[in-house]
Amino acid sequence: MASLNIEHLKYKYPGTDRLALNDISLSIETGEFIGIIGRNESGKSSLCQAIAGLIPNFYKGAYGGKVLIDDIEVKKVPVDELCETVGTVFQNPFNQVTGAKATVYEEIAFGLENMGVPKEEMIRRIDRAMELLDISKYRDRYPFDLSGGQMQRMAIAGVIAMHPQVIILDEPTSQLDPQGREEVFQAVQKLCGQGITIILVEHNMEKIAQYSNRVALLDAGTLIDFDTPQKIFSRVDLEQYGVEAPVYTQIGKRLNLTIEDTGCYPVTLEEAKTVLLRKGGNDPVWL
Amino acid sequence: MAVIEIKDLHFSYTAEEEVIKGMNFTIDARSTAIIGQNGAGKTTFAKLLKGLLKPTKGEILLNGTSTKDMTVAMLAKQVGMVFQNPNDQIFKYQVLDEVLFGPLQIGMAKENARRKAEQALEAVGLTGLETTNPYDLGLSARKLVAVASILAMDTEVILFDEPTIAQDYAGKERLKEIVRQLRNQGKTVITITHDMNFVADAFERTIVFAGGKMIADDDTKSVFLQKDVLEKAYLEQPDVMKLCTELGWRESVLSIDEFVSAIQK
Ligand SMILES: Nc1ncnc2c1ncn2[C@@H]1O[C@H](COP(=O)(O)OP(=O)(O)OP(=O)(O)O)[C@@H](O)[C@H]1O
Ligand SMILES: Nc1ncnc2c1ncn2[C@@H]1O[C@H](COP(=O)(O)OP(=O)(O)O)[C@@H](O)[C@H]1O
Ligand SMILES: [Mg+2]
Ligand SMILES: [Mg+2]
Repeated sequence: MASLNIEHLKYKYPGTDRLALNDISLSIETGEFIGIIGRNESGKSSLCQAIAGLIPNFYKGAYGGKVLIDDIEVKKVPVDELCETVGTVFQNPFNQVTGAKATVYEEIAFGLENMGVPKEEMIRRIDRAMELLDISKYRDRYPFDLSGGQMQRMAIAGVIAMHPQVIILDEPTSQLDPQGREEVFQAVQKLCGQGITIILVEHNMEKIAQYSNRVALLDAGTLIDFDTPQKIFSRVDLEQYGVEAPVYTQIGKRLNLTIEDTGCYPVTLEEAKTVLLRKGGNDPVWL
Repeated sequence: MAVIEIKDLHFSYTAEEEVIKGMNFTIDARSTAIIGQNGAGKTTFAKLLKGLLKPTKGEILLNGTSTKDMTVAMLAKQVGMVFQNPNDQIFKYQVLDEVLFGPLQIGMAKENARRKAEQALEAVGLTGLETTNPYDLGLSARKLVAVASILAMDTEVILFDEPTIAQDYAGKERLKEIVRQLRNQGKTVITITHDMNFVADAFERTIVFAGGKMIADDDTKSVFLQKDVLEKAYLEQPDVMKLCTELGWRESVLSIDEFVSAIQK
């Protein structure tokens, strides 16, 4: 169970002259599901790396400010000791595979072995994670012989099996089939219910709207806004930040339909249905 | 325009399991999306068409000639493929060298190659990054380098394996425009993707794979109206269509524009 505090975080990659993260401050509560959005290069992955301590302990460069998970300052902890606290599913699953393991099972076990998890407990966790991601039948397969989506599932399973208190997922479902993507989002939401804090980067705004408690909007390394999906997607200047609102919000805007008690545009399928039914949208004259 | 005929196509990587289990269809001028569950055999199919894998049974005819009777070099001039993982494709140390490599490799004259490379970089929005090392780029930009290097080859057939991975709104809009332009130039565009909204917006025809078989092949909207097919292939409807379904509309639409005008009428 862990809360997360980011205080005036600044970071510049070595050899660059631009701040990849520019004075970001955020406070996230235990068990929150936080969506991170923004155009390419806005700093989403960099923020993830900083929360995981890879910035500045793996990526050097100029660093200022603090990332605190409960009272632990992440940059002061060696990366390999941090893995019980925070786990990361990287943006590119191809990069997550160690390349040193002969089977999917061993690949998932790798992190747990390093943590010194007892054998029986380890087996139980791996079996559960593989089942959750629907890859049990590939347990003895060479990891690089998996399809792209299967590899991404393996990467997620590996991190979930480590039971970290904070889980960072950087575009974790980009290669999953639609139902698989939905299943992963539901599984992650369940983890939140168990008090695990989730940080998830995603370009699919419909999913962000459906699952996030709050959304952080980044642009050019700056935190533009941090609020509920309803508030974020109702912003009139959203496109200026290279972000397209969920289709349900766009429909709401075009038809000028808002939710009665909040005055916000709908962001999810459910909300869009509600406002449209109020307008009688279930019976378009053209049909 | 190329004609591609898939005839009783089979393939297996190992003796235990067949991955492509007898497929028959013909690719025509329509822009075509291939969708389906993880592990359904989409990438394998693309590699067969590109000649990187050989069918274990059956064949693929490209303009009447079996790919079995063509060398990889001959196929390379006709079929370009953007790999799912850009790291499998990129190996030069400068973006421009990477994009020039394909066209030069298939024997395009230097000047022409250079022009095609510049046009391709412009189409994907990477003009200005010619001397950058592709390994210093993020996944989204690296994927676009991979797209540009295939566009520059100016092949008759172009295969995109999950081009929208890591792309933001602007990147996706660019890709839609590229697909439209290629189609209008009479190229054969086949795109594998898990992004149903992208399919709805950019492709006329959709083919569904499940468990190594082709289980549906129709115009995009008709495919998304087949509940049993979607269920079997782990798919979902595009988001606008989901709303039509939720509202119980007797007719469904794919785009926001269509939805709004249906309501406003
Ligand atoms: N080199 C290989 N050796 C053995 N099996 C393989 C190999 N490559 C792929 N496979 C298996 O073949 C099946 C089809 O893989 P393919 O990559 O074609 O799937 P796909 O439809 O592209 O999936 P995805 O949507 O996840 O990219 C999968 O079950 C995969 O695990
Ligand atoms: N390893 C790196 N070395 C140098 N610059 C980098 C590196 N990774 C990212 N950057 C730069 O940092 C900025 C933010 O990138 P990133 O965090 O990857 O954004 P996003 O994940 O939102 O696409 C960009 O300007 C990018 O070019
Ligand atoms: Mg990123
Ligand atoms: Mg694939």
